[in-house]
Amino acid sequence: MFKRIWGWIQRFSSPKHFYDISGKMIPWFAVSALLLGVYGLYMGLFVAPTDYQQGESYRIIFIHVPAAWMSLFIYMVMAIASAIGLIWQIKLADMVAAASAPIGAWFTFLALVTGSLWGKPMWGAYWVWDARLTSELILLFLYFGYMALQSSIEDQRTADKASGLLAIVGVVNIPIIHYSVEWWNTLHQGATVAKFDKPSMHIDMLIPLLVMAFAAKLFYAAVVLVRARNEVLMRERNRQWVRELVEKI
Amino acid sequence: MNGSEFSWSEFFHMGGYAVFVWSSYGLALLMVVVNIVSPIIERKRVIARVKRAIKREASNGQVN
Repeated sequence: MFKRIWGWIQRFSSPKHFYDISGKMIPWFAVSALLLGVYGLYMGLFVAPTDYQQGESYRIIFIHVPAAWMSLFIYMVMAIASAIGLIWQIKLADMVAAASAPIGAWFTFLALVTGSLWGKPMWGAYWVWDARLTSELILLFLYFGYMALQSSIEDQRTADKASGLLAIVGVVNIPIIHYSVEWWNTLHQGATVAKFDKPSMHIDMLIPLLVMAFAAKLFYAAVVLVRARNEVLMRERNRQWVRELVEKI
Repeated sequence: MNGSEFSWSEFFHMGGYAVFVWSSYGLALLMVVVNIVSPIIERKRVIARVKRAIKREASNGQVN
């Protein structure tokens, strides 16, 4: 029984199988991301009411919060995939981790800059060294560290081990980011959605926020698959099936 | 926006926060575009590299 499951996992995670399946999934993720994104933007910019305290500036939330959530989500994907790659030697997991890093870095960057653009009119400063902002900046550096290790180590297996280890150790930063607004005094506002009682947000603001967050997840799914397929082609370039496939393109 | 009639100029004005709001949305759009374009370019680069390797090996094969 266990052997059969293991065999199934290995077959499913074979780079060739992944390459074929993911090629079929990408358009679906891309189209649904686009549709949800347009719907979310419409709801966020035209339907959601003006905030009684922050005026129209709060509309940055529909970019900022999904980007920040994605920065954490993608990091967890990267760390878990790295762990799977390290423990079970599944090459595909390392490829997914490597494919995730630049996307995660982009979302983190977007979260930091939009936060800064929101901070200026609301707090009077583009940047303050408080716990939430600092730990999110550390997250960006963790992504950069992962990418630097990937690109600077010649041997792919060594690169995966080193960068994967960094990704796993860096997980300690994730709860710090999440709870930073509770553990330390901070300018950053507390959680409004991800908390145990009811989200303290108007439903017409909450819906576009959740739609945009879901659109961002689908966008990541599409992009990470394209990137992981690149990793497959690159890393398996000496395999017969890759050569046959490339000649047909 | 505030219950009164919709106007585009008011919309773009964003209650005086236009610079901050539209920079945020603009950057998000840029991020989306870059993340679509760069893996596509990367894919072409990888395929070209594999093709070159195949050609090189084919010509080496003739010599040996």
